[in-house]
Amino acid sequence: MSLDMSGTISHFEVVIYQDLHLGPLDISISNTSVFTWLAVFVVIAVLRLAYLHPKIIPGYAQLLVETLYDFIARQTEGNIHREGKEYIPLMFTIFTFILGCNLIGLVPGAFTPTSQLAVTGTLAIGIFSYAIWVRVKRHGWGFFRAFSPQGVPPILLPLMVPIEFISFLARPVTLALRLFANMTAGHTALGVLAVLGLATPWFAQWLPLGFTVVQIALELMIAFIQAYIFVILSCVYIDDALADH
Amino acid sequence: MDATAMVPIGMGLAAAGMGGAALGIGMIFSKMIESVARQPEAEARLSKYAWIGFALVETIALYGLVIAFIIMGQGQ
Repeated sequence: MSLDMSGTISHFEVVIYQDLHLGPLDISISNTSVFTWLAVFVVIAVLRLAYLHPKIIPGYAQLLVETLYDFIARQTEGNIHREGKEYIPLMFTIFTFILGCNLIGLVPGAFTPTSQLAVTGTLAIGIFSYAIWVRVKRHGWGFFRAFSPQGVPPILLPLMVPIEFISFLARPVTLALRLFANMTAGHTALGVLAVLGLATPWFAQWLPLGFTVVQIALELMIAFIQAYIFVILSCVYIDDALADH
Repeated sequence: MDATAMVPIGMGLAAAGMGGAALGIGMIFSKMIESVARQPEAEARLSKYAWIGFALVETIALYGLVIAFIIMGQGQ
């Protein structure tokens, strides 16, 4: 028996609704851009609505948003030791943006912007180039001292410096791939489960189709964890750039 | 055997990488349960690291998926 598995991958396809070019820039309206903007609007609307009537004793919505903010603020200050406070707005924005993009993909029929390597890659390269800029501004040519860890015997330096340099360059790649692979894998697994579930005889369908519910719960958790991991690793990279070597 | 026929074999082999990640996730949670059993008051702090570790290890398995996609692209 062969199953039609094409539906499990085809929903990652970028569909261009309107071709738009601004000089060399391609600003076509595709499902990626539409759902990214939708996620941004949803995030802004939720945060605004929860803070419509702020009270000293918060209601449920305000409490939820405050908990989220407090959580990110604490993690940022815990991971960027020197100027953690200045980075809270950036980290909260990144967190809510990625979370919105992850969660909007879980709505049936919607597209997941973070399942595109272009989206996650842009985010990762943005963070990475910012970290490099901070490092160069802070340390000047001392930038390159970061590649020779302290206390290493000089004889090991020809070995250590390339390793450090490669692991430094691998940072944006892993940061982008992690988010992309998690989102893609989750939705593919969901699709495969659904196809398998619909192919089973009727008396056994409850088992695989019930399992898709569990998978969606796992996906919700992964959406949170991946946004959190992205923020934590961004904090670590920026902290690394700020630190003295 | 031509190259297109070997694509599914390669993609299947890429899935073997999940074995290592399974070992890693099992290790993380077994140690987590062990630590909480020894010191229940440390749970809040430990669970943070456990979830970060879980997500990082799970990602290693998903790099296999990325490799499978790259192999899939070779067949077209």
